[in-house]
Amino acid sequence: MDSLRQALARLRAFFRKAPLDRDLDAEMASHLAFAIEENLRRGLSPAEASRQALVRFGGVAQAAEQHRETRGLPALDVFLQDLRYTLRTLRRDRGFASVAVLILALGIGVNIAVFSVVNTILLRPLPFRDPQRLVWMASDRGVGGLSAVTYTVDAYEEFQRHNRSFQDVTAYDPYFGDNDYKLTGHGEPQQVAGVAVAGSFFPLLGIQPALGRPFTPEECQKGARPAVLLGHFFWQRQFAADPAIVGKAILLNDRPVTVVGVLPASFDFGSVFAPGLKMDVYVPAIMDKLRNEGNTLALVGRLKPAVTVAQAQAEVDVLMPQIRAAHKDWFDDYATAMTALKDHVSGKLRRSLVVLWCAVGLILLIVCVNLSNLLLARAAARSKEFALRSALGAGRARIVRQLLTESLVLAGAGALLGLGIALGITGYLARQGSIALPLLSTIRVDGAALGWTLIVALGAAILFGLAPSLKVSGGNLQDALKDAGHGMSAGRKHDRLRAMLVVSEVALACVLLVGAGLLLRSFLRVLDVDLGFQPSRAAAIKIDYNDGGKRERRSVVLQEILHRVSAIPGIQSAGVVDMLPLDRNRSWGLQAKGRTYHWDKEVGAAFVYIVTPGYLGSMGMQLREGRDFNWQDTPTSQPVVIVNQAAARYHWPGQDPLGRIALVNGKDTRVIGIISDVRESSVEEGSGLEMYLPATQADPEGAELVVRSQVPPDALASSLLRTLRAYNPEQPAAEFRPIQSLVDHAVSPRRFFVMLVAIFAGLGLLLASLGIYGVISYSVTRQTQEIGIRMALGATTKRVQLGVIARTMRLVLAGVALGAVTSAVAARWIAALLFKTEPTDPAAFACTVLLLSAVALIAGYIPARRASRIDPMIALRAN
Amino acid sequence: MTEKKLDLLQGTLDLMVLQTLAAMGSLHGYGIARRIEQASGDAVLLNQGTIYASLVRLQQRGWISAAWGTSDNNRKAKFYSITKRGRQQLAQDAAYWQRLSSMMGRVLAMQGEGGDR
Repeated sequence: MDSLRQALARLRAFFRKAPLDRDLDAEMASHLAFAIEENLRRGLSPAEASRQALVRFGGVAQAAEQHRETRGLPALDVFLQDLRYTLRTLRRDRGFASVAVLILALGIGVNIAVFSVVNTILLRPLPFRDPQRLVWMASDRGVGGLSAVTYTVDAYEEFQRHNRSFQDVTAYDPYFGDNDYKLTGHGEPQQVAGVAVAGSFFPLLGIQPALGRPFTPEECQKGARPAVLLGHFFWQRQFAADPAIVGKAILLNDRPVTVVGVLPASFDFGSVFAPGLKMDVYVPAIMDKLRNEGNTLALVGRLKPAVTVAQAQAEVDVLMPQIRAAHKDWFDDYATAMTALKDHVSGKLRRSLVVLWCAVGLILLIVCVNLSNLLLARAAARSKEFALRSALGAGRARIVRQLLTESLVLAGAGALLGLGIALGITGYLARQGSIALPLLSTIRVDGAALGWTLIVALGAAILFGLAPSLKVSGGNLQDALKDAGHGMSAGRKHDRLRAMLVVSEVALACVLLVGAGLLLRSFLRVLDVDLGFQPSRAAAIKIDYNDGGKRERRSVVLQEILHRVSAIPGIQSAGVVDMLPLDRNRSWGLQAKGRTYHWDKEVGAAFVYIVTPGYLGSMGMQLREGRDFNWQDTPTSQPVVIVNQAAARYHWPGQDPLGRIALVNGKDTRVIGIISDVRESSVEEGSGLEMYLPATQADPEGAELVVRSQVPPDALASSLLRTLRAYNPEQPAAEFRPIQSLVDHAVSPRRFFVMLVAIFAGLGLLLASLGIYGVISYSVTRQTQEIGIRMALGATTKRVQLGVIARTMRLVLAGVALGAVTSAVAARWIAALLFKTEPTDPAAFACTVLLLSAVALIAGYIPARRASRIDPMIALRAN
Repeated sequence: MTEKKLDLLQGTLDLMVLQTLAAMGSLHGYGIARRIEQASGDAVLLNQGTIYASLVRLQQRGWISAAWGTSDNNRKAKFYSITKRGRQQLAQDAAYWQRLSSMMGRVLAMQGEGGDR
């Protein structure tokens, strides 16, 4: 209490120095006057009285100083004094100051930016209420794709009824294309991306609409008045943020739908549940309509307080077999794997992000080493100044403190500038909606990032400031004062420290380059993957048609559309599919008729695509055997299916399935073709089991028109849309997507990481070369006289150059050797991130060594040339 | 040869100042210094100037207060007086000091008894 009062008083006193000093002076003057007066009274002479008074007082200046130290904040006073001095010296040395601040800003800037990414994706909780209690449930069936994580409505309802670990369980329909709408009545017809959610979805997440209300239970029933919630950005873009829209009806697929509310800007469905997608509207999932559609719901649960994910998993492991036993008609491989929602969203990215974090950590280390080197050079030039100060009584701690203040000022300025750089980077990243990374749109430099900036800046200041200041202050006073400071090749010890710094810098850069090289090679290998289709010069557009739900009618309508589209000049072929590869997927039952399966380890499902004749060719898929569909495959003719090689091998091992009967959802279907495997859900993972059914014999979910053209597809967009509109005026202005964009989207996370790591490696290389240049250049300057003598004694230009370059290469090779060993260890650690690339990939290592050596050669050659141009006469005269 | 003057232990000056002010009422810096010297029989080695660090410390802790005033012989001076909280602190510190010194006395007395072992 009293010490707090004292601290406050000291702080107050700190800001009132002048009046308090005047007060003290007056007080001391009166003290001395009292003393002199008393001495005079004792009969001393005036001179003696005054002398005695001063002796008894014991040094006015010391007493005042003691008083001031007790009164104010002496540490802060010293700091301010150092700060003023630092600013003065840095102003005098602008070149050094700006280079140092710039290097620091780069290092700190990328660190803040990457921290913000890591913080957004990994550290920060999801933007929902009590997000740590949210759990993702995957039905975990044997097949891949969405059907492996989703449930039927019945299963969802049983789950809601029986489990005891969850407060509530909610669901959404992850087959996003199913709920895309055509918005009319507001300008041109618009394609609107929608997602169907259970009534409890928003309440469970704790999302309150910014305007209006959430869905009512009635609105989630079959036959209810249709309702829609608008996403914030869609509301702003499409309705100019008009609050009056709430309560009004808008036309979705030509039906009036009431807008019941607008969601808050902070809610971005895509960023959590579908990275890289933007959802515009939310509609209630009508469970009775979905009931017979198979696995359609993705489940999210909210745990009861104090229940862990593991406990919930244990409960469901008991519950699921019971539910299965009670419902013989269900998928018999249902199980449930639970993960915390946060892990589901970002768990897979953990390692990549940690690697990224390490990469910028290495950058920061290189920056610190560089700065250390710069400061050492500067300190050497200032050694006389420090010797003088120490001769005048400055203690070692005082000098270290002064130098650390200098580092702090540099780091502070670098951090400020770096913050600007980070703001730029994060701002740019937040706008990259097409990168399939979760939560990326919410990235920002927040309080945590500012805290991290502070830590990084302080840490860096101490790291790069300590070595030089200890070095300087520890030096021998006499030596420093005597040392002429230049012209001599003395100071080997000094040089050794700097050489060590350069070696470590090169080693760090080497690790970064090897890592970047390995990731880059992986990325190139990913781009080289045989996708099973040819993305170039193919493009897709969502189309709208009305077949009244009749297959006969659909056949006529689709034939007409394809006929018209094929007539557009430049279009080679066209076809329609319901789901594009790498975009959406679903699976249906597929078995070989007459074969017995072991359901505990075999799967009876495959990805299904409902297509028209011409689609396979338009996508550039390869028919291996048999024939493509044609329009003679009608609703009434023999049901037919085309399977991929994986499905053929799986269901008909050692046999030719062509012409055999498959069971598609239990129905006898003849296999008429076998097609090359298509990477349907991921570029990097192998293909799953796939089948293709004709749109005349099975019901598609939506429609994508795929065209293959001789000219770049973009050029066709307008004529294509005109043709579609001419046939159907209601055709919405949907996006014309190059198929390549699907591939780009699928590889975007890897591209993102590779790009960043490559940039960081480049930065590391640049900084390391600066470091090499700095050290060699400095040593040449110091040895000017020595080189002059050697040249006077007959050393040739070439010899001098070679000497300098050899010195450079010795440092670099030591660094590279150290770096290569470290990289070999580090590479094994990132092996999980590599794709078809060994961690010991010789190309990556060789390129790194070559690149580093080449850059070092250049960095060393410039000072070497300077050294060889030294005029012996001038060099010798200089001293 | 005169006995060497005593160096002040850390913190004892503060206690002396508090005691002086408690006993004498309001005093200026010089007065306090002289009182301490007199009370200790001039045995304390006190640079009078050091008292000002002590005074500002006590004042910042709220144990004494200060105000400019005029002395008997019409000289302007800063007068210090002890506050209520200062008296409480003094009672505490004095008790502690007495315990310490009596304990030290006992410990040092023990030396004499065991001397002939």
